[in-house]
Amino acid sequence: MASMRDIKRRKAGIQSTQQITKAMKLVSTVKLQRAKTRALQSKVYFNSMYQTVTSLLAKTGNIDVPYIKPAETTRKAVIVLTSNRGLAGGYNSNIVKLLTQGEWPKEDIDVYAIGKKGRDLLKRRGYTIKADHSELSDEFCYGDAIKVCNEVMKSFEAGEVGEIYLAYTNFKNTVSHVPTLLKLLPILPGEFGEDIDVDGDGLPDKLLMNFEPKDEEALKMIIPKYVTSLIFGALIEADASENGARMQAMDSATNNAEEMIGELTLKYNRARQGSITQELTEIIAGAEAIS
Amino acid sequence: MSEENFFDVEIVTPERVFYRGKVSMVEFNTTEGEIGVYKKHIPTTVILEPGILTLHEETQLKNAALHSGFAQILPDKVTILAELVEWPAEIDEERALSARTRAEERLNEKAEGLDVDRANIALKKAICRLNVLK
Repeated sequence: MASMRDIKRRKAGIQSTQQITKAMKLVSTVKLQRAKTRALQSKVYFNSMYQTVTSLLAKTGNIDVPYIKPAETTRKAVIVLTSNRGLAGGYNSNIVKLLTQGEWPKEDIDVYAIGKKGRDLLKRRGYTIKADHSELSDEFCYGDAIKVCNEVMKSFEAGEVGEIYLAYTNFKNTVSHVPTLLKLLPILPGEFGEDIDVDGDGLPDKLLMNFEPKDEEALKMIIPKYVTSLIFGALIEADASENGARMQAMDSATNNAEEMIGELTLKYNRARQGSITQELTEIIAGAEAIS
Repeated sequence: MSEENFFDVEIVTPERVFYRGKVSMVEFNTTEGEIGVYKKHIPTTVILEPGILTLHEETQLKNAALHSGFAQILPDKVTILAELVEWPAEIDEERALSARTRAEERLNEKAEGLDVDRANIALKKAICRLNVLK
């Protein structure tokens, strides 16, 4: 049996770890609340954006814009959203698994990393890191999403990559986060929801909408904005998911520490009792020997 | 103007709902030029250019600097999806002034490797901000 001093030291160690995990849990709870509010506020924008793009695509069946044509090269750009810090359970490795367990050979993938953890994990596995915007994982605004979007769009327009994907964690609710691989471009006809009803008269009204400038021009201008908004939305969701995942991880860590402390307390008491008993037996044996 | 000539306007940005209210007319600048929209407009989607947004409310006029995005016009509702829009109170005049000077200098010098489009946009934005403040 371990000595009393050893057990005591071990217990103190676990206690201070527990304090840390508890504090981290509180911090991520607060951050999660903030991220959730932010997600709620931006929802209106995305819904309207989605409506506009659907009605636009429903109208523009056969025009010659690269954004809606099938890819010519097999090379893909993937924007990978992970966190900068660990201790978030399976949050980062789940995202990385999307790529490593996917069907695409890694030679065909250009990674645009947002988040140090994902960047390092993918780099170690031999993926090409085309760009690194890890600073955005902590703090971002809409302008940052525009910057990333322009960068990816540039290589798409130059024909370097044929498809753009977004790997992020979808925030369903506080306990459920789903790693998602979302295709941003090209948007192929038929992959989009079709019936929309903007004016609420119960009839699909995709044919009513006019576009100024004409459809093709409008498409060229709106699609990048649409992609930007998706990236921004994913950033917000990823932020919420990261904090949600960390909250959960830290919660169970705190509980585990609690359990271990309980066990150690029991062991400590037993050891103490044992040493007292031993001491008593020794004294009694000694007294008997003298008499 | 009677009540029935008013319609809903909603201006949303990725970060927040910027404005929601009833107006009789809304004016803004598009790629096709400046337009004013009344109620019962034909459904149209237009792309925005930097310019002044004017909301004609029942009792007052409201101005704002609208920089980019697009607008969805329906007979009884206008939704503006703005990437960037500011009330006059949110604009920093000195910053806008210096941004204008800087953009003008860049365009005049025509330095090597200048991103002309970007400088032009910066200039337009700065001018738009200053116009709203006037």
